[in-house]
Amino acid sequence: MIKNLASSAMLAGVLTGIIASALQFYFVIPLVLEGELYETGARIHFPVDGSPQSEAGAPGLGGEWGRHLMTVAFNFVSFTAYGLILVALMAYAALRGVAVTPKSGLLWGLAGFTAVQLAPAMGLPPELPGTIAPEVMPRQIWWSGTIIASAAGLALIAFGRGLPMILGGAALLLLPHLIGAPHLDTYWGVSAPELAAHFATVSLGVAAASWAVLGTLCAWFYQKVE
Amino acid sequence: MTTQTKAIARETSPFAAIAVVFLAGAGLLFAAGFAQATVLHDAAHDSRHAMAFPCH
Repeated sequence: MIKNLASSAMLAGVLTGIIASALQFYFVIPLVLEGELYETGARIHFPVDGSPQSEAGAPGLGGEWGRHLMTVAFNFVSFTAYGLILVALMAYAALRGVAVTPKSGLLWGLAGFTAVQLAPAMGLPPELPGTIAPEVMPRQIWWSGTIIASAAGLALIAFGRGLPMILGGAALLLLPHLIGAPHLDTYWGVSAPELAAHFATVSLGVAAASWAVLGTLCAWFYQKVE
Repeated sequence: MTTQTKAIARETSPFAAIAVVFLAGAGLLFAAGFAQATVLHDAAHDSRHAMAFPCH
């Protein structure tokens, strides 16, 4: 069973990694590279003496193939990791009598997106390079806690029986945001706000598409092997 | 005539299998998302930004 679950997750993770990488290179990475122009000072949005205009437009992907290859490799690793977790949860649900089909897999994937990307992004927006943020450790703790609470909350709402479980799920979804993510008490932004906003929305959109693919594929492969 | 008995590999309990797969995923995610070694960090940089890991 371990082999079946792991191979489903790996196949789904690698295929998703390919699709996610293609989407990232088209939509997200150019904005990361544009953000780096501000991070390094090659472009400046707030000159001390004048208007805050700066030139818009991303540089090309360039010839840094080693760097881009590592991005693809880490996408494989991350989506395989998410796939392992998703397939394990699907297998557990199946043991409890929940049918797992590719169509329900789409919902699993979108729930994964909600718990892992969307909910944490409410407190910690996806960061353009150069963003000044608080200490990394408290943010990682809030991020992990938010993912766990949101996933548990969604599971209670999806599979729980009775109103108390649904309300408990909603409370778990709300809790991390009532606690609040660690934030600085000053703004340090060096890049154009439009760029930072576009980066946040586009990376969420690409993540949503990737998770939809991951959930569908995990369920599809899971159904094949079980 | 001797009968040979072959040990049939017992299926691990489904709960244990599920737990192993889940923990493998969590471990891999932790390594991919949080490893702070400079080499790993640089390699993972764009992927982490694209996926919104809080990484530095």
